[in-house]
Amino acid sequence: MELFKSIVNWCSQPAIYISLCTVGFVLLISRYRVLSRPSVLWGLAVGIALFFIVGAQDEDFLKIITKGDNMPIVIMIFAILATLGMALRQAAVNDMRLERGLPPTEAEDRGKVLVWPDLVYSEFICTILLSALFIAWSVAVEAPMEEPASGTRAPNPAKAPWYFLGLQEMLVYFDPWLAGVVFPGLIVVGLMVIPYIDTNPKGNGYYTLKERKFAISMFLFGFLVLWVALVILGTFLRGPNWNFFAPFDYWDPHKIEPLVNINLSELVWVKWIGTKLPDNILIREAPGIVIILAYFAITPALLAMKGMKRFYEEMGFARYSILVMLLLCMAALPIKMLLRWFINLKYLVAIPEWFFNI
Amino acid sequence: MGLMNKIAETQVWKSIFRHGYPSNPRNRALAALSNVFLHLHPVKAKKSGIRLSFTWCMGGITFFLFLLETLTGVLLMFYYRPTIEYAYNDVIALREHVPMGIMRELHRWGAHMMVLAVWLHMMRVFLTGSYKPPREFNWNIGVILLLLTLLLSFTGYLLPWDQLAIWAITVGSNMARAHPFIGHEGPGASLLAIGDVSLVTPASDIRFGLLAGRFVGAGALLRFYVLHCVALPLAAGLLMAIHFWRVRKDGGISGPM
Ligand code: HEM
Repeated sequence: MELFKSIVNWCSQPAIYISLCTVGFVLLISRYRVLSRPSVLWGLAVGIALFFIVGAQDEDFLKIITKGDNMPIVIMIFAILATLGMALRQAAVNDMRLERGLPPTEAEDRGKVLVWPDLVYSEFICTILLSALFIAWSVAVEAPMEEPASGTRAPNPAKAPWYFLGLQEMLVYFDPWLAGVVFPGLIVVGLMVIPYIDTNPKGNGYYTLKERKFAISMFLFGFLVLWVALVILGTFLRGPNWNFFAPFDYWDPHKIEPLVNINLSELVWVKWIGTKLPDNILIREAPGIVIILAYFAITPALLAMKGMKRFYEEMGFARYSILVMLLLCMAALPIKMLLRWFINLKYLVAIPEWFFNI
Repeated sequence: MGLMNKIAETQVWKSIFRHGYPSNPRNRALAALSNVFLHLHPVKAKKSGIRLSFTWCMGGITFFLFLLETLTGVLLMFYYRPTIEYAYNDVIALREHVPMGIMRELHRWGAHMMVLAVWLHMMRVFLTGSYKPPREFNWNIGVILLLLTLLLSFTGYLLPWDQLAIWAITVGSNMARAHPFIGHEGPGASLLAIGDVSLVTPASDIRFGLLAGRFVGAGALLRFYVLHCVALPLAAGLLMAIHFWRVRKDGGISGPM
């Protein structure tokens, strides 16, 4: 038990946890045919359930997972496992058929049925089952209600609603203007342009992974790793002061994290060149500004020549530029994470005078 | 069936349904065609599209939850007054005076699950490539519905007026403070000034507009209440109607060409 706890605690440190999620994601995409086998999926489901059951022997852990508003996240883990598992299973079957020159199974039952009764009845049964489920849940668990609101006594931690905890987690790496405004805005814009920049005509109306590997990998990476995994992290592993707490830790509000992060300008001017910070803001922050401009100006051109040449030729300039800009913004989060973990970087560009920190 | 056929011949039945009991193909088609709700469906649907393993019924579950929220929400509105004096106590009273009352529970768990269901629905639509032509526009209606679902949940979070509520909304709305140009702690905000007078201040920025004040207080409670109970559900209902209509008009649930 103690060994189990310390292994879990070690694995859930943000850097390790996010790296493990990424590795898991790469495995998922590259080994989806094996991973979506029913036996593997059931194994995973039982494994996760066992993890929660064994973990629940620990009081701190039990307290966190059974909090009313945290239950959706536990449910989410299983719901994603089930739905994604079904989707990848079907994709694996279809991809195998497509390789052999057969149509996807969805094409087999092309026939039409009358909506009344076939569809209306299943909707009806679905409604009854769901109603029963929600009534049972509501009888069993009381909705949370805390002390009356007080504008002066802030609870610690003060958390946003669970579905926004991915954004709150982003605040560790970016300032609010990016994590709370620009990135959410880009997520919405990014979702909206998907149908207009994905010019691949294949995979319309059936599950497949092989025919749309790039599109699906990008979407699932964003959804599973950069959104869902961060929601889980924000819910279960962030305690008072948004400090990291492993699943079997007590949430100690007095835990102190040393602040060792350093800005790129200090790194360059003070540590590497050995002078003091220049007074002119733009000169002081020049290294970071140059890096960011280069990131957004040069990378797309480089990728168009090598790596994503095919995309550039097939999509045309406008679609390609939008795609790459969005991908670069999405990649900014993992990049900033790596910079933080490895060189304790705080800001690439730090101009607090203008509230402009990146 | 004898009895049902008899009932279906009465004047009352005929005045409502305009067709016989739906036990033959003609009447079944008419059932879908002549009913405003069922008419959101086509008369016939692809077998592949209505299979549970294809859609997981996730769009349907989302809609079910929206209806559940509307129903329980209306009931809750009978007991709840959106002012700082009453809000918290009304919710407590609801808990204490209604034996076996589960409306609040249904409403809260339903809201959480609706958020999850929209996400999963979106994932299903993406993984089946159902946003590809001719369904690009409906995908975009969907993205707005996703936003509305999150906003509905977010505005509702404040209404119990307990510590959880006020601080979650404080944390969430603090982000607006940092909105570029129109938040008072956002980059570029200081550029919007006439001479020395800054136009973007804590008392005039976007957050102030959202909360009707500098803090989450009485103004914010009323504003969130109206958004939560009137404006957002109306917008979401309207868009859902368009969404379902378009599913049908774009050729029904997607399937291989
Ligand atoms: C309140 C939220 C929503 C409701 C109630 C809803 C409901 C539905 C329903 C009932 C269907 C029929 C097929 C199915 O059940 O899967 C559907 C299809 C569809 N939905 Fe939604 N939806 C919502 C949000 C979204 C979102 C967030 C997206 C994507 C961003 C989206 C995109 C689509 C598309 C493209 C289709 C057509 C799929 C096809 O033809 O296979 N919807 N929706």
